[in-house]
Amino acid sequence: MPVGITTYGVYIPQYRIRVEEIARVWGDDPKDIKKGLRVLEKSVPDRDEDTATIAVEAARSALRRSCLDGADIGAIYVGSESHPYAVKPTATIVAEAIRATPELMAADFEFACKAGTAALQTCLGLVAADYIKYGMAIGADTAQGAPADALEYTAAAGGAAYVIGKNNIIAEIEDTYSFTTDTSDFWRREGQQYPKHGGRFTGEPGYFKHVLAGARGLLEKTQCTPDDFDYVVFHQPNGKFPRTVASTLGFSQDQLKQGLIVERLGNTYSGSALIGLASVLDVAEPGSRIFMTAFGSGAGSDSFSVKVTKEISKIQGLAPTVAELLEAPIYLDYALYAKHKNKIVL
Amino acid sequence: MREVAIVGIGCTKFGEMWDKSFRDLFIEAGLMALTDAEVSGAQIEALYGGNMSAGMFLEQEHIGALIADYSGLTTNNIPSTRVEAACASGGLALRSGIIAVASGYHDVVISAGIEKMTDVGAEKAMDALASAADREWEAEVGATFPGLYAMMARAHMHELGTTREQLAQVAVKNHYHGSMNPRAQFRNKITIDTVINSPLVADPLRLFDCSPITDGAAAVVLVPAERAKEFTDTPIYVKAAAQASDTISLHDRRSLTSIDATTIAADRAFKMARLQRSQIDVAEVHDCFTIAEIMAIEDLGFFEKGAGGPVTLAGDTAIGGKIPINTSGGLKACGHPVGATGIKQAVEIVEQLRGDAGKRQVDGAEVGLTHNVGGTGGTVVVHILAR
Amino acid sequence: MTVPRFWRKIPNRYNLIGTKCENCNTYYFPPRIVCPPCRRKGVIREYAFEGSGKIVTYTTIYSAPESFTKMTPYVLAIVQLDEGPRLTTQIVCDPSEVKIGARVKSVFRKLGEDGPDGVIYYGTKFTLA
Repeated sequence: MPVGITTYGVYIPQYRIRVEEIARVWGDDPKDIKKGLRVLEKSVPDRDEDTATIAVEAARSALRRSCLDGADIGAIYVGSESHPYAVKPTATIVAEAIRATPELMAADFEFACKAGTAALQTCLGLVAADYIKYGMAIGADTAQGAPADALEYTAAAGGAAYVIGKNNIIAEIEDTYSFTTDTSDFWRREGQQYPKHGGRFTGEPGYFKHVLAGARGLLEKTQCTPDDFDYVVFHQPNGKFPRTVASTLGFSQDQLKQGLIVERLGNTYSGSALIGLASVLDVAEPGSRIFMTAFGSGAGSDSFSVKVTKEISKIQGLAPTVAELLEAPIYLDYALYAKHKNKIVL
Repeated sequence: MREVAIVGIGCTKFGEMWDKSFRDLFIEAGLMALTDAEVSGAQIEALYGGNMSAGMFLEQEHIGALIADYSGLTTNNIPSTRVEAACASGGLALRSGIIAVASGYHDVVISAGIEKMTDVGAEKAMDALASAADREWEAEVGATFPGLYAMMARAHMHELGTTREQLAQVAVKNHYHGSMNPRAQFRNKITIDTVINSPLVADPLRLFDCSPITDGAAAVVLVPAERAKEFTDTPIYVKAAAQASDTISLHDRRSLTSIDATTIAADRAFKMARLQRSQIDVAEVHDCFTIAEIMAIEDLGFFEKGAGGPVTLAGDTAIGGKIPINTSGGLKACGHPVGATGIKQAVEIVEQLRGDAGKRQVDGAEVGLTHNVGGTGGTVVVHILAR
Repeated sequence: MTVPRFWRKIPNRYNLIGTKCENCNTYYFPPRIVCPPCRRKGVIREYAFEGSGKIVTYTTIYSAPESFTKMTPYVLAIVQLDEGPRLTTQIVCDPSEVKIGARVKSVFRKLGEDGPDGVIYYGTKFTLA
């Protein structure tokens, strides 16, 4: 019996900071940054938001438009690289906040930006093997970019929750493939506030190697070509990498467009590919096929082949779309941004 | 039930008393009251001490024993009781002492109130005051004490048309009264502009709408009325000692623009005393914030609901006006050592009724009223005193 | 706030779980186990509030204790839930946008924390609907 997505929800905080404003503080040329990164602004959490609150809002949004409630959920896995606690899972906070406790499996995942898709794969397995009826996978982050570092322009906040099941699925997950190596392209040591990265090393040996291998691996496994798909979604650390990798693989910019949301959002890390997928599901017609490859530093990629069913029309329009969540932002200057992001220690 | 009289009063200076400890303050107030009553310590039969939070300010509990001990009264092992009703602890101590005498249990009783607030920083003091609200469902969701009264002020302005200037005038008047009170924390006169230009605390309340953090103590000596003349030529009689409770949290109250416990306690008091509102010549009411005084004079029944602001601006509640309110300077200018306020209010009324209020004297004052509120109105104590 | 005291009220804080007296049909949030009008005649059941309501009164807090300093200025309000009871809460919005009577809906936010190494307290606030 096919396994897939029964419902999904997204949460994006209302605040933003523009590239120009960050550039102003560090003496960079915003035109160069925007051209290089193809990002205009990024989302910023409110002072009382964190990965847990974002995960809860995304989870509640997913459940609200479905016929499920918390008690139906047999497992919750939250993937993030900014869990509020180093020890004490975000998943239990979400579980309590959607009234899924106490009979469920739960844990937190970490694999840089692909912790959310790793959680998705785990739910797939549990549901397919009939250990649970429904599992929830969440990718959410309030990413930290070190001041004056290039990543500060894109490290954003947001999350998406997906419920996996066998009944009334709105999109079947036809297959999945992962490619994993021990590669230190980007990391954060325990107790450190900001991550570090290998500069240009994060490109070819990091993102491109794993996304290309992962995507090609799934295409081969499913005996498909890019033409077999209507949409493609990649992990979006900036606007340049996904465009390049789409082109290299033979996907068109047209296939990429709907799921490319980084320009006005920034890189939501564990939320990135999952929010991109949500943007596609917001508008996809029954029968459309979606190809997705998420990437996480450390390093690895998770690829999915997804086919939209006719059930999708039952839930489209019942929750804010990604496009709607990106509307009406509140812009901050750098000082308020720093306060929101706890860069100013009280 | 016997009638009760106040035959001795004492009150320390109110302010930031860095050199005085909690013990220093109540000893000073107690000695003043005993001297005033010409009563010896050996005659004291029971002690009631009002104190809101020595636990949070000084990490000290068991206040009943502490006060009796350091006053030298444990040599007679007298019953000594600490009572607490947040900012109405003093009023509660007064009522408790009165009941002890009225019931016939004791003849000579001291009711005192003490608070030492400045041994901790402002942060900790504000946190202690927040325990007068509902900690679980008000303070811990972000409510501050000024914030709760500010919400009442907002509702009062929205529903009844009370203005920013009317609120400010409460503080202006009380500072004017305080300038004539040697024991007041603030002796400076201010203007409406002073209030309106002071920093915002919780909109619409500004710094000058709020009573300060204060140290101070006060005490009164209570005896059966039939024995009053043994102690003084100017006994002041307790015509009523009434108390009412209401929900601890503001959100559970019937009204956001009235403190029902005030109305109910006042009704009980006036019934007990068999008097009318119009017979009150002077009153000390609980102006922890300017809005509190405006609500008080309405809820006590001196003025119609909604008239509190206009009559204050018109000067009806200043000395020389229709009914002078807070001749001591109120909580705003005299200061608000939380547990002591209720007793200080009684001291002020006794001085007024004795004709000893100096520059603050309300001519011919014969009947006075005290009004003491705990929290945002969870407890109210009202006393009526007369010559 | 202490850990056990916070933990005990998690369902109430996270999910607006209150109580209802089935004897007199009165709803309670925060929850009550004694219905004041009915007292021992009351029949108390758990009730999950929907999370919609309106603003009854509000203020903007400028001066707050240390645990809330990062949030100032913030809006504090008394909200009346559609089912009847009123609660005190923060409204997540610009202070200039609040109005008496405005419709609000619940959101999940951080209430505070016990210092940078202590427990994080989550709960319900409201936004303008």
